[in-house]
Amino acid sequence: MEIIVYGVINSVILSLMALGFTLVYSIARMPNFAHGALYITTGYLAWLFMNSFMSLPYPVAVVLAIGITAAIGALIYRFVMIRIRGMEISEIIATYAIGLAILEGLRWGGLRGMTFTLPPFIAGSTTILGVSVDYQRLVIVGIGLATFAALYLFTHFNRVGLALRGIAQDERAAMMLGIDSDMTAIISLALGSGLAGLAAILLLPLGNIIVEVGYNVLIFAIAVSVIGGLGSWAGTILASFIIGFAQILTEAFLSSHYQMVVALLAIIITLLIKPSGIFGKQKELEERV
Amino acid sequence: MMRKERIDRGVRVRTAGLYAIASWQEILYLVGPPLFLIVGAIILPILLEFAPYWKRVINIVCVYAIIALSFDFLANFVGLVCLGGAFFVGIGGYLSAIFNVYLHFPVYLSIPLATISGAVISTVLLMPALPLRGVYFAIVTLMYPLLATRVIEALNIMGGTNGIIGLDSLPNAYVEHYMVIIVMLIFLYGMRRFVNQDMGLVIRGVKDNDQAVRASGISVTKMKAFAVFVSSFMGCFAGAYIAHMYSWAGISLFALDFSIIPIASVVIGGGGTLLGAVLGSFILVPISELLRNFGTFRIVIYCVILTGFIVFKSEGIMVYAMRKYHQFERWVKV
Repeated sequence: MEIIVYGVINSVILSLMALGFTLVYSIARMPNFAHGALYITTGYLAWLFMNSFMSLPYPVAVVLAIGITAAIGALIYRFVMIRIRGMEISEIIATYAIGLAILEGLRWGGLRGMTFTLPPFIAGSTTILGVSVDYQRLVIVGIGLATFAALYLFTHFNRVGLALRGIAQDERAAMMLGIDSDMTAIISLALGSGLAGLAAILLLPLGNIIVEVGYNVLIFAIAVSVIGGLGSWAGTILASFIIGFAQILTEAFLSSHYQMVVALLAIIITLLIKPSGIFGKQKELEERV
Repeated sequence: MMRKERIDRGVRVRTAGLYAIASWQEILYLVGPPLFLIVGAIILPILLEFAPYWKRVINIVCVYAIIALSFDFLANFVGLVCLGGAFFVGIGGYLSAIFNVYLHFPVYLSIPLATISGAVISTVLLMPALPLRGVYFAIVTLMYPLLATRVIEALNIMGGTNGIIGLDSLPNAYVEHYMVIIVMLIFLYGMRRFVNQDMGLVIRGVKDNDQAVRASGISVTKMKAFAVFVSSFMGCFAGAYIAHMYSWAGISLFALDFSIIPIASVVIGGGGTLLGAVLGSFILVPISELLRNFGTFRIVIYCVILTGFIVFKSEGIMVYAMRKYHQFERWVKV
């Protein structure tokens, strides 16, 4: 029972981590290696707004932090990525470098140790199906599911959302219909960064805000997206359930050291068997020789 | 209206033909730059005799230059962007530690053995990733050093988090300097030759048009495997050398520095020139030593320089310098 409950929670956590990364890749065709850095930035900003010079109330601080992270994402595209779009090597190196600069800059700025924590929405715990679960994890599952639903509605019943999907499906045809490719890319990066921020606000209360978390989030996000098929949302959610349960099972039967190893091995095995991922059919031919 | 025109210098045109050796000026034009690099690299340890700290930096510069060469070859000649150069370094370092500490091989055996066996092991381990291209390969190679670190930590093998200590250090300081300098020069000029040989041309074909290579009846995966072998050969040598230089092999051999600094060097120096990789590390690594007090802030500075170069000057210093050397610009009326 415990395995099922915590497996579901872990899976939702993983998909929250990966959602922003997948969104950016599916729309802008750009691997955002700065994802983990944006995640940590949000957490740090929220902590800063609440504790140091301003001491804002929790909701204001959180909204402000997510907003600023989204703006950072948009700025990264507007001033850096727009110049190197389409050059794969440069895209990878540039986003990776930006992410490293943010993370190591935060580490240098004093982001280490146990002092940085975010408060949970609701403290305390309850029991579900005979397993004790704290409220924060339930909130994560609730808001995670709400986010999936909101994203689905946004991309299917909203002008901007439909434009994003149009660009993702066929960039040239979408541009012929008057959809601005750069504008959608900016929106997608802002949205992706915002989702990374939302994930940070939800997940960081479970631990400390430390730089290493940023790297781990990047790895998990990549693992989930690669296994699900880069750019496929249904695949992302399915893959996060696969990895989520695999991790909980290894933790139950082996030790928690192996959590990361499971994710990494899953990537390598997936790439061996089906390089384009579970739901990435259309790219199979161009990515594999 | 005026516009700028770029044309070859006279001496370039004169030396391009078969009868290059007509005057001292032309000979100097041809052999000057490589001679400057080779002689400069060889007398550098003697020049820095009075600055012992900076003498040690030479070794580190050359090690990074070798790793940068391996990245440049793989990224710009084969089209495989390897974000995990540290994986090769770690494999080489740990293998030389195993050969030296556990099996008691002397230094002059353990380094070459670690280089060759490390290259074989790295190639075999990277095999699954070889059919991949572009983003996928970059992602997977980014994972490899992390995976290695986690496995060593989780299984607590090979010294665990403490690493393997007590490797033999190299006999004396001059052997230490000249070994790495000479190997760097051999790798540099060897690779410059190799990429223009038949084999090198096929490998470059894999980057530009792998379907054409396949249509010619050549296995693309085999070619890529060979390229990874060459590249990891250089990386493993660097790792084995570092392990012996510090008399220690630990999980920090898989650290980010060995992945990111060479990439930055290649981008700054100019991708696809091989010389640029060396030049870039000769610029970046001393800067890094100057900034040693700033701790991790160094990486921030690297990344800012790296992003700046990618965005504003993606050709790199070497390509720019070569253009200035061979050509001049003038204003013409249109």
